[in-house]
Amino acid sequence: MISAEQQAATSRRAELGLVIGVSVVTVAAYVTASLGRDEVIPPNLLGFLAIVVGLNIAAHLGVRRFAPLATPVLLPSVLLLNGIGYVVIARLNTELAGLQATWTAVGIAGFVAVLWLVRRARDLERFRYTLGFAGIGLLILPMVPGVGVTINGARLWIRIGGVSFQPGEVAKVCLAIFIASYLVEKRELLGRATRQVGRVHVPDLRHFGPLILMCAVSLATLLIQRDLGSSVLLISMFIVSLWVATGRTIYVVGGALVGVAGVAIASTQLPYVRNRLETWVDPWSSASTGGYQLTQAQFSMGSGGLFGEGLGRGTPWRVPYAYNDFIFAAIGEELGLLGTTAVVVAFCLFGATALSVALRARDPFEQLLATALATVVTFQAFIIMAGVIRLMPLTGIALPFVAYGGSSLLTNYVIVALLLRISHDSTARNFRLREANEREVIKRLDAEATA
Amino acid sequence: MNKRIQRLGMVIALLFSAVFVQLNNIQIRQAEALDNDPRNYRAITRAFNRPRGQIVTRDGVIIAKTDPSDGQISWQRSYPQGELYAHVTGYFSLNFGASGLEQSYNDQLVGSQRDATDLADYFADRTVVNNLTTTIDSAIQEVARAALVDATGATQRGSVVAIDPRTGALLAMYSNPTYDPNPLASHDDKIVRSAKTGLDTDPNKPTLARSYQETYAPGSTMKVVTASAAYERAPELTTKTYPVTSSITLPGTGGRQLGNFGGSSCGGKIDDLMRVSCNTGFAQMGLDMGADALVGEANDYGFDQSMPIDLPRAAQSDFPSVDELNANPPFLALSAIGQGNVRATPLQMCLVAASVANSGRIMTPYLREEIRNNNGAIVQSAVPSPWRDATSAATAGNIRELMIDVVNSGTARRVAIPGVQVAAKTGTAETGVKDRDNAWLIAFAPAEAPTVAIAVFVEQAGSDEGGSGFTGGRTAAPIAKQVLQVALERQRIQDQRNAQLVANNTTTSPNP
Repeated sequence: MISAEQQAATSRRAELGLVIGVSVVTVAAYVTASLGRDEVIPPNLLGFLAIVVGLNIAAHLGVRRFAPLATPVLLPSVLLLNGIGYVVIARLNTELAGLQATWTAVGIAGFVAVLWLVRRARDLERFRYTLGFAGIGLLILPMVPGVGVTINGARLWIRIGGVSFQPGEVAKVCLAIFIASYLVEKRELLGRATRQVGRVHVPDLRHFGPLILMCAVSLATLLIQRDLGSSVLLISMFIVSLWVATGRTIYVVGGALVGVAGVAIASTQLPYVRNRLETWVDPWSSASTGGYQLTQAQFSMGSGGLFGEGLGRGTPWRVPYAYNDFIFAAIGEELGLLGTTAVVVAFCLFGATALSVALRARDPFEQLLATALATVVTFQAFIIMAGVIRLMPLTGIALPFVAYGGSSLLTNYVIVALLLRISHDSTARNFRLREANEREVIKRLDAEATA
Repeated sequence: MNKRIQRLGMVIALLFSAVFVQLNNIQIRQAEALDNDPRNYRAITRAFNRPRGQIVTRDGVIIAKTDPSDGQISWQRSYPQGELYAHVTGYFSLNFGASGLEQSYNDQLVGSQRDATDLADYFADRTVVNNLTTTIDSAIQEVARAALVDATGATQRGSVVAIDPRTGALLAMYSNPTYDPNPLASHDDKIVRSAKTGLDTDPNKPTLARSYQETYAPGSTMKVVTASAAYERAPELTTKTYPVTSSITLPGTGGRQLGNFGGSSCGGKIDDLMRVSCNTGFAQMGLDMGADALVGEANDYGFDQSMPIDLPRAAQSDFPSVDELNANPPFLALSAIGQGNVRATPLQMCLVAASVANSGRIMTPYLREEIRNNNGAIVQSAVPSPWRDATSAATAGNIRELMIDVVNSGTARRVAIPGVQVAAKTGTAETGVKDRDNAWLIAFAPAEAPTVAIAVFVEQAGSDEGGSGFTGGRTAAPIAKQVLQVALERQRIQDQRNAQLVANNTTTSPNP
């Protein structure tokens, strides 16, 4: 039997190895992109190397210090996504690359800070209503005159002192914590069918009150702000959490029906929703107007083929917003099917690890929170990837860790920190239980021996 | 709860699998279709982001080149000779694609990436560029432009086409109006669009290469074909004496007359008719031989056949069909003298001269001498091939004698060059508009061993003030003379050089 200290050492050694590997891949990709685009070794290579290795090692040291027993896979997988994303952004726009580097530093600082501040995940349960209202408040914030700014028709940003920020991203985490803690408290009630409508037993609507209110307000806010991606994401997280907590399929079916009905109504009432549906079904007939971005993305990914044009050798800037919403297309063009598959696999790895953290957690709140957080990241990745490749209607949202965007990066690093916190706590608890058990056994053996 | 979390994991795995399947669909299955989609201008951007091969004349003058450029598009195409070669090179435009040689040899000119053979190769410049050498001689092309400027300094509308009758190599091909292709190759969208709009709306249609993309009534130059038809298909007519008259009555018109140029009278045997370009005689000869003979001969000379030149959108020259002429006999008479519905490009009429020069065989006209990559290796080189046998060597010999007469004592005296025997035929074609005649001259030289065949075509600008006479003999012949003099000298030098090369190759051959 290995001790907790030995386990921590093993996990962290594995993580360090992976973090160094990821850093090497990132720097190599950066050099390749520079050679591909300008045929020169980047002049700031040493500085870049120092920053990448420095930030990645800083994140690793944060885990080593504050959550030594956490899973070693999660951090390297997101650092890899972050690294690939940075290289593609830098290849498209050096100015944005500088900002993205700064936001990565802020994200990793936030990551370490959350690991340091949140010593036990269950402590968050106590702030559920505070966080719930904070979430709603953050969603509404951009609509407050004076702070909110409209970018590309969507009013999702606030600007304070020249720095713009999308508070809705942070709201996701607050709402995930609220939903998880609320469901833990009420899941018995929500799972039990106390009323009968016709032949169907339905739970008492009273218990849904706060939940529905919270969700309705969030959705309404997001729809007014034209943030379709976040609306779909929030409703997915809500339904998944409800189903995982209660085990009642009716929530999934009902949620799906409400969702479809909502889209149907929205498409008749909101021109921009109808527009999205039309260009999804047929982007080719409006290839130079509404379907321009989607058709250019298809051309971009098609030109990549299996191996890609090579980093720096394609023309991914032909797709509008290739650095954020459509970064997946840029990866497809320059890194090919191999590159896009690598991104998909990294998200699969992230999802599997996050869900295994949920499975290993003993506390229902931790389980539900880990599930909700895993859902937020993987569904967000799916929504934008599927939108870009026309698997579903396009709804603008950032590809987690990869796309350009400070608020998104910070939020997602906070999510990883919370998952690592839960992972560490459950492993630590297992070790404590085992030690307690061992002490018990020894005590009993001693007692038997003296008897 | 654990079971449901596991199920959620399966759902997520399923979603990502769907993404993977669709990625395969787009990036592998549809990749080629997407690449070929006309709305996908990645291919042309790619072409613009690579160095593109040069186009040079056979004597080494660069007429299209590519230089590194700043900005998102890394190479700038330019045409150092401006409008002189516009109808040969065409343009290469980011917005409007390519034309001319830029279009027909795009696949060769566009740079490609050599496969890497070792690791160091991955960081080396592996771009392969092919350079195109044309058959055009810069001195002949320049004299063609200069010769079209008349005594008053005005540039005349017209075309000059010169060819090596032995191979089909085009030595010069120039026509007015022309245009500067440089603005079309600009990277500035505004410049390109305004240049293109300007060219498209210009009533002079400067982008139209009149030398090979436009047809005109060939007039009396067509009598070469009519005479050839007589020798080949109705030999009895070559000894017939046609009456001296100033006009003949066109059959089936109720008495309409066809007259001679300037109302003069002419007649006699075929050599007399040719020397003075006798309309009444040749019209009667056409009527005598019938539509079958005349149409058959015209088709043998390349009329109604698609022009096999290595340039895009070459026009086909038209001769009326047998049925058409049988149904409408006056048009048989008109067709025999190159009027009516006969239409020919200057290139086609140059080939008529070339076939007589080359014992009746028309060589396929071409502009590509060779294509070499930037390491000097030959990628493609010209292999002269016959296009069609227009007539027999014997007939060609007879026609040559007639055309020599035309120069020595007929309408083409102004093309005569001291010390060199030139063979030629003039033409003054009516367009149906007064004072808008077209002047023609087709010729080859030296008559005994031709190295150059030429067609000169000039459009009359307006009223013929002073009555100086706008005719093939007065207007086109002096132009042809200037060009022929230069062309003969350039061909002599080129032939010497080729002979030298052959000699060198023989002496250095490992198997003497």
